[in-house]
Amino acid sequence: MSASIIVGLDGSEASGRAADAAADAARRHDLRLVLACVVPWSPYSFSTAEENERRAIDKEREAKSARERVLDPAVARLSAAADLTVEGVVRHGHPAETLVALAREHDAAWIIVGRTGQSRVRTLLFGSTPSSLIQLSPIPVLVVP
Amino acid sequence: MNASLPSVQAATFDEQVNDVFAPISDVITGIVFAAVPLDFIDEGVELPLIVVWLVVAGIFFTIYLKGFQFRAFGHAIQLIKGKYDDPEDAGEVTHFQALATAVSGTVGLGNIAGVAVAVSLGGPGATFWMIIAGLVGMCTKGVECTLGVKYRRVYPDGRVSGGPMYYLSQGLKEKGKGTLGKVLAVLFCIFTLGGAVGGGNMFQANQAFAQAQSVTGGADGWLGFGAAGAVFGLVLAILVGAVIIGGIRSIARVTDKLVPFMAIFYVVACLSVLFANFAQIPDALWEILRTAFSPEAGFGGVVGVLIQGFRRAAFSNEAGLGSAAIAHSAVKTNEPATEGHVAVLEPFVDTVVICTMTALAIVITGTWADEASAPGVETTSAAFETVASWFPIVLAVAVILFAYSTMLAWSYYGLKASTYLFGESMLVDRTWKLIFCIFVVIGASSTLDAVIGFSDSMIFLMSLPNIIGLYILSRVVKRELFGYRERLADGALLPVAERGVTPRPTGGSTAGSTGNDGTTINPPPSVDGR
Repeated sequence: MSASIIVGLDGSEASGRAADAAADAARRHDLRLVLACVVPWSPYSFSTAEENERRAIDKEREAKSARERVLDPAVARLSAAADLTVEGVVRHGHPAETLVALAREHDAAWIIVGRTGQSRVRTLLFGSTPSSLIQLSPIPVLVVP
Repeated sequence: MNASLPSVQAATFDEQVNDVFAPISDVITGIVFAAVPLDFIDEGVELPLIVVWLVVAGIFFTIYLKGFQFRAFGHAIQLIKGKYDDPEDAGEVTHFQALATAVSGTVGLGNIAGVAVAVSLGGPGATFWMIIAGLVGMCTKGVECTLGVKYRRVYPDGRVSGGPMYYLSQGLKEKGKGTLGKVLAVLFCIFTLGGAVGGGNMFQANQAFAQAQSVTGGADGWLGFGAAGAVFGLVLAILVGAVIIGGIRSIARVTDKLVPFMAIFYVVACLSVLFANFAQIPDALWEILRTAFSPEAGFGGVVGVLIQGFRRAAFSNEAGLGSAAIAHSAVKTNEPATEGHVAVLEPFVDTVVICTMTALAIVITGTWADEASAPGVETTSAAFETVASWFPIVLAVAVILFAYSTMLAWSYYGLKASTYLFGESMLVDRTWKLIFCIFVVIGASSTLDAVIGFSDSMIFLMSLPNIIGLYILSRVVKRELFGYRERLADGALLPVAERGVTPRPTGGSTAGSTGNDGTTINPPPSVDGR
């Protein structure tokens, strides 16, 4: 029996709608809601020596910013209704792969994300998190428009 | 007074800068490249002591560590692929990033212009000795980067500083040679400042301008006017300053992606030169091997070729200088030996792969023997031109980008040296960066001889305190490296996939969903339930 639903948040309106849809599903199925904010980061990116030296500080700053700007308001909003168990997680990594890893850690039933309006060129070049998730995820993925 | 006026007016700004700069360069070059005349071998052959110093260190460590660099190769590849990275490390600097940063610092004009100088002066045989020096240098680089990580300093705010100044002062203190360590650390920092200004800055600016001028029509083109070097340098200085002073990190991020791309592009361009002259490759390889030992030139000729090859290899891959240890120190690892392994790849990529590509292109097309052009990046450009007339433009873009990224890396090395000497403060930081930008202009304005001499001198001088420290700390390195290899062989150190933990996400891989941690994900509740 699954224990949770993972929601990928990036601060966009679509991810807010995804959180709402996930909250609805969590209530129906009595599941925990795990709101995840993944800061994009790759171990194979190129960086300057100065950036490398400051990486540990930057990592903390990025996580703090994501938590304060995106995660905490969403957790507070959804926790206001007392019938939900909500927790927030911030991670660094490839967004889709990290959401899949979180799904495994939290024994999730679904991964729910918003469909953000990336430009077609950008999506063509870099792919989008929802389409990567659809390919990677071993559990159902719900994409909220 | 009046009599001297016309000549002053006639002198261009470039010439004025050079007139001031050349005598200083001559004095320093004379000291650093003090050479032993080998008249008993052949008249006129001289052996620069500093080259002996570097090569002997490489040979010593290769023997002392039983050819460590060759045994380390396979494991180094595994490390940069992240196979041994604990997931707890995620978000920090990986082995790949540390290697990529250091390589972007070393892959510069030495790989293009330096190789052309070596082959033009020493003949095709210099390529052979360059490769040998690269293979030997792999060991020295592994040694210094192991020490760089072992003795790095981690500040309470999470910043990391490392490099020879730290292992010289801390490592030698542990050996009861604290005073010597401090003196060597200070000397290293002074030479690093000079090297950063010279090879890491002026040489790059100089050759970038030479190439830009060459592809825009040479002395008759629109970069042919007297103060063109200074103007070009000023633009370059603004671009460098925008990143290092203003901290416009987005520019740095773009160049950091562009430079590795250009490195691959450069190799592809070299390969296309080679393929276009496919039939000549066996002859060129034979020429390189034959002239490496050039029997007709006698032993003196061989020594001359060997010196050119070794000299350029050392300048290109920086093994023994200690610069890369500064970049490698920020890596996230609990095992200093891991970075020692990864670092051996650096001279391999830089010298054995990229320099050899350049050398082959020059030898195959025969442009090295053309006495009409000055040895330098123009020789390589001429080799590229044999394939397509627009190819030198590709090279010019690569040269300027390589020069730019190398300047950024060396501004950091210089910064670390200046903060070690004068303390961590905003004043030191800003002063150094301002000085660095001023020297970009001077470098682009000065002629090749003065710049190359100065840059060689200061960069080679870094190897003096560094290698003394490496010898004193050689037993520490051996313990680290061999201890690590033993644990690796005993199975005490396993790849993350075999430890029962989830590996970090890797680009494009589905490793994260293959269930390495053995967990299973339950099927979702029925959607009908909604």
